Amino acid sequence: MTMIDKSSTSLAEAVADVFDGATVMVGGFGEAGSPIELIHALIDQGAKNLTVVNNNTGSGHVGLAALIENGRVARMICSYPRTLGSKVFPELYRSGRIELELVPQGTLAERIRAGGAGIPAFFTATSVDTPLAAGKELRTFEGRDYVMEYGLKADFALIKSERADRHGNLIYNKTARNFAPIMAMAARTTIVQTGALLEVGAIDPEVIITPGIFVNRIVTVAEPAQESRLVAEGRVYP
Amino acid sequence: MTAENKQARGWNRQEMARRAALDIPDGSYVNLGIGIPEMVAQFVPEGRELIYHTENGLLGMGPAPAVGEEDPELINAGKKAVTAAPGAAYFHHADSFAMIRGQHIDVCVLGAMQISEQGDLANWSTGEPDAIPAVGGAMDLVAGVKTIYVITQHCTKNGEPKLVESCSYPLTGKGVVNRIYTDLAVVEVTPQGFVAVELAPGVSFDHVQEKTGGRLVAGPQLEK
Repeated sequence: MTMIDKSSTSLAEAVADVFDGATVMVGGFGEAGSPIELIHALIDQGAKNLTVVNNNTGSGHVGLAALIENGRVARMICSYPRTLGSKVFPELYRSGRIELELVPQGTLAERIRAGGAGIPAFFTATSVDTPLAAGKELRTFEGRDYVMEYGLKADFALIKSERADRHGNLIYNKTARNFAPIMAMAARTTIVQTGALLEVGAIDPEVIITPGIFVNRIVTVAEPAQESRLVAEGRVYP
Repeated sequence: MTAENKQARGWNRQEMARRAALDIPDGSYVNLGIGIPEMVAQFVPEGRELIYHTENGLLGMGPAPAVGEEDPELINAGKKAVTAAPGAAYFHHADSFAMIRGQHIDVCVLGAMQISEQGDLANWSTGEPDAIPAVGGAMDLVAGVKTIYVITQHCTKNGEPKLVESCSYPLTGKGVVNRIYTDLAVVEVTPQGFVAVELAPGVSFDHVQEKTGGRLVAGPQLEK
């Protein structure tokens, strides 16, 4: 008899197979929901030439900003790379050392959702008649123009949850949920850092946000670091 | 600066926010942009219940928490600490933008760099080659929200008009703006172009016209 157990014994083990050139979705909106310990483990692991999908580009010199600063990211797909305290990305971008695919936030979310739902492309009114629709296929439905956007998939997703069980069922904390549920759907391998790993059955099925089918690995980080605190302290990773 | 000086120049930031708040109907689902638009919530008239959406994943956003009560996992789209009002709900990004793109949000109040006579909005990029482009949810909001209000100074810091014949900056959306609240006037965007429907105290129509790049018409409301 086999028992489904998606728990990993360490952060290092959880990210061990992330390969050079992989596409990695990273949850979080600013620091809310950012899986900072998993990102640091990925820095330690060494994979490079990554394409990273995140709404932002991190702040200070920790977490996602540190991954970028350490030269591991070749390309960012994001909606808002110009956040307060984001110094690393602008410098690399201006010197041509990192590529940027700028996507409207809702289009980014829908592309990820579509990628996870087996939908290769869809049409949206967002960005029509703007530079971000340049060169893309347009179609008219019911008298309105729409632009075609492709679904987005990833090799790995790194996300943060409040609680999980051994099957991978997840619940989140407040607005830290943001991109995590859809990234979990869109990645071939979804890796979760959770505040508490519970027994199967401990989470009410009515309140589960991400069903375990979308999750592959879980590692417990009972007291995750708070990114803004690390930034305020001037911390640099590694 | 004395209060008298401010009056002579038209509405200040709070007054612009207050004026916009008056026009949001009771029961609306509302998304407020960063800057002056955020202040609109402070000026909603007594007796109206509005529900605030913040696109990072909260419907029923409440005011900022007391100092020391901030939760880094409870923030708004501007990444500032907020609270959840009674009856609030959290959701993921695809659901949040389905509310926007699926035309479920009634009113969005945004800032602007330029607005054209046709209601085109530019508010995300100057298009300069060394600028880091960043768009966030602005294009989704103008494409999907039923009514778009803009709150902005009538002119830039250098005195250039922001209400223009056509936008020189890259567009956020075409033909999307319904009404503009500036320090000088309330201006509607109509098929005939800009129509001034209200002037700030002490501000003449001629002055507003002079500060407007596009064609401005006096609405019938000004004749009273």
